[in-house]
Amino acid sequence: MGKRNTPMLDELEKGPWPSFVSDIKQQAEKGKHILKEAPADLLGVMELSYVDKVTHWKHGGIVGVFGYGGGIIGRYCDQPQAFPGVAHFHTVRVNQPSSKFYTTKFLRSLCELWEKHGSGLTNMHGSTGDIVFLGTTTDHLEPLFFEMTHELNQDLGGSGSNLRTPECCLGQSRCEFACYDTQEACDNLTHEYQDELHRPAFPYKFKFKFDGCPNGCVASIARSDMSFIGTWRDDIRIDQAAVKAYVGGEFAPNAGAYSGRDWGKFDIQKEVIDRCPTNCMSWDGSKLEINNRECVRCMHCLNVMPRALRKGLDTGASILFGAKAPILEGAQMSTLTVPFIKMESPFDEAKELVEKVWDWWMEEGKNRERLGELIQRKSFQEFLRVCELDPDPRMVDEPRSNPYIFWKEEEVEGGWTRDIDAFRAKHQR
Amino acid sequence: MPYDPKEPLKDRITDIGPRHYGEFLPPVIKNNKGKWLYHEIPQPGVLVHVAESGEKIFSVRVGGCRLMSVEHLKEICDIADKYCDGYLRFTTRNNIEFLVQDESKLKPLIDDLKSRKFEGGSNKFPIGGTGAGVTNIVHTQGWAHCHTPAIDASGVVKAVMDGIYDQFGSMKLPAPVRVSLACCLNMCGAVHCSDIAILGIHRKPPMVDSEWIDKLCELPLAIAACPTGAIKPAKTADGKKSLEVNAERCMFCGNCYTMCAAMPLADEVGSGIAILVGGKLSNRMTKPKFSKVVIPFIPNEPPRWPTTVAAVKNILDVYSKDARKYERLGDWAERIGWERFFEKTNIPFTHHLIDDYRFAYTTWRQSTQFKF
Ligand code: HEM
Ligand code: HEM
Ligand code: SF4
Ligand code: SF4
Ligand code: SF4
Ligand code: SF4
Repeated sequence: MGKRNTPMLDELEKGPWPSFVSDIKQQAEKGKHILKEAPADLLGVMELSYVDKVTHWKHGGIVGVFGYGGGIIGRYCDQPQAFPGVAHFHTVRVNQPSSKFYTTKFLRSLCELWEKHGSGLTNMHGSTGDIVFLGTTTDHLEPLFFEMTHELNQDLGGSGSNLRTPECCLGQSRCEFACYDTQEACDNLTHEYQDELHRPAFPYKFKFKFDGCPNGCVASIARSDMSFIGTWRDDIRIDQAAVKAYVGGEFAPNAGAYSGRDWGKFDIQKEVIDRCPTNCMSWDGSKLEINNRECVRCMHCLNVMPRALRKGLDTGASILFGAKAPILEGAQMSTLTVPFIKMESPFDEAKELVEKVWDWWMEEGKNRERLGELIQRKSFQEFLRVCELDPDPRMVDEPRSNPYIFWKEEEVEGGWTRDIDAFRAKHQR
Repeated sequence: MPYDPKEPLKDRITDIGPRHYGEFLPPVIKNNKGKWLYHEIPQPGVLVHVAESGEKIFSVRVGGCRLMSVEHLKEICDIADKYCDGYLRFTTRNNIEFLVQDESKLKPLIDDLKSRKFEGGSNKFPIGGTGAGVTNIVHTQGWAHCHTPAIDASGVVKAVMDGIYDQFGSMKLPAPVRVSLACCLNMCGAVHCSDIAILGIHRKPPMVDSEWIDKLCELPLAIAACPTGAIKPAKTADGKKSLEVNAERCMFCGNCYTMCAAMPLADEVGSGIAILVGGKLSNRMTKPKFSKVVIPFIPNEPPRWPTTVAAVKNILDVYSKDARKYERLGDWAERIGWERFFEKTNIPFTHHLIDDYRFAYTTWRQSTQFKF
């Protein structure tokens, strides 16, 4: 039973922040997980990396469950003799419920399943949003999947060149800013596209993320190929009495988020009116006015005075496409493509758009080309044609500054073919 | 009816997706979904949300390690059973939120959370991560589980969070500061739009394992994977098909290694940390923006990464003293100007900080407006 000597990692037991080393040790000593040596050997191999300053994990091989091309990531240690407990240490991605709410009953059943079939170590949660079971062997995969589906009524998430597990902010479940039901949208689209989630058919990965408002708590604008960001098109609702209560100091500005320091008395002029990026607000000492047509819904005033200002009632989402991390062509943020759609179950309008975009990307995309890269290669104009959308100044920060316009032949009167002889009749060589 | 290895496809269930979130919402949340009126943060780490009906839900947010054991999860369940009628959630940034419907249980819960420590001495459930402070560092797998990292993830995060622990449990900064870590340029996680990003980078071109490469990899795929076209076909002296890397053109992205295990590039001294700052995701006041590289390289310094911790602390300290209320780190740097940013933080500006990749031109200064 491997209790490993890990002097470097032991240093990470010190200090106030929770220590993952202490936690792994407690699992190694007390845990009921079936792969007995795994936690101690994980510490062992990490200690070796702390000495060598290089990872000791090999490339994932192809492992998975029958019929699925995603959900499991193969992982092998490059020092299997020294660390047999983690020689095979595959990752299982489990599709998290929307916004990651749990009952202890369900969470305990997940724990039990993972004790029975793995290392007892998890990520709660991985960066993509899944519950990540960290470390098991190939022979446990089928039984684990069988029990997860039969007993827990729960499925795997995605990995590989497919739809990755969609993720949402907590939205209407606990946030007054939410402009649509992010949980329902996420759950609905996840169920609709199970085939795309589990059977890779895409050039590369594709991510949906759902933010309920422009505050962007799940970072959809930076890390999803298709970002749904809640917004509204009518007026911000104002409770003038509550505005006065903020001015008078009865309510803490920004819900108390700045209470750790003395920033002086709340000054609505300085902190809200003058900070509005479009200068569309005014305050005459007793009444707050907003010229809503000029508001860009940045959320600042609502964040500062949540008890006085509320989003409008005509709510929906903006859809943006193409965010990705640097690899390959450099990082991209999502580009605003659909300024507004209504987001109501069963989300038909959104799905129609999804399918148009996928058809194009599957047809035109090169191996490992993310949607954002394809849009750059083929042009945003072509992307709009695919989406059947009319161009709109909302889609750009500014119009182009270079005049190298790719006119099409049919756009030019008389087409492109001309008669050189007729030209020469008037112009000597 | 347990799994039968002899008939693996019998009674198979597939594509049922995740459980419905509705099963996991506490009654107060279920009753008031979509009807929340406002929220407040009565103390760091504690949120109260008030619904139109007047009903309230309290959330106590505690920091968690993303790498978490089942034993730890079971302890979390015990706590949620005792104070939260068995309901809890996790945040995007790996915090745990205990959801309290009965206000009288709030203080006992907080006291209980504060009392729990790991055997090694660290806190199990530090309360914080709200408002104008730092919340948990989102991070990736590092040496715990990934094949491409330049640095560890969990260990660096632990060391940095120890270093800025005070900012987790308080709300003293000019605005929220999101710190993120990715252990390679794949950036599982959105470090490219964080206030402070800790990024693992490589600095040596890949080696080519010519003995094996033709057996392990599809050579054209590896060639096509290189964004700078640095890889071309080659033959070894004894006639084996292999690849060759033009080191001058390599920008150490590791994409070839992702495609082909026979091209490793991680190295004891070659790999390390870059620090980026000034990114943001929210649309609040200013537009979302990318993080910018301000420290091109810090060596790997396990187990406590002192130079990295000091660099993060320094940037936070200077920002905290100098920025205005509501001003995110990047907005502050832009207001004072990047020349002042380097001056005030005392970070040396080197040639590595001038962009030389595609589209670099947009980041050079085309104006005579600068500060002496
Ligand atoms: C007062 C207004 C705000 C409220 C009520 C609020 C609420 C929340 C909540 C409930 C979460 C957890 C979400 C989840 O785990 O799914 C969260 C996370 C987050 N918020 Fe906000 N937020 C506010 C303002 C902002 C602002 C202004 C920004 C950016 C400038 C921001 C950026 C983020 C980010 C990046 C996260 C990631 C997750 C985390 O810490 O767990 N939020 N916010
Ligand atoms: C075979 C190669 C790759 C492997 C094995 C891999 C592995 C992973 C893993 C394990 C995660 C989940 C991280 C976690 O939460 O622990 C992840 C997420 C992610 N990966 Fe990769 N990755 C690979 C290639 C890439 C590439 C080439 C890119 C960049 C284009 C990339 C970008 C990302 C991003 C941005 C996330 C986070 C997504 C999110 O937060 O939703 N990955 N990857
Ligand atoms: S994105 Fe908006 S709606 Fe969603 S949790 Fe954040 S503040 Fe609330
Ligand atoms: S949401 Fe932003 S743009 Fe709109 S009024 Fe408020 S501060 Fe101004
Ligand atoms: S960022 Fe890179 S090294 Fe880190 S987990 Fe993701 S792919 Fe692996
Ligand atoms: S590390 Fe990147 S740039 Fe260098 S050879 Fe490999 S793919 Fe090309």
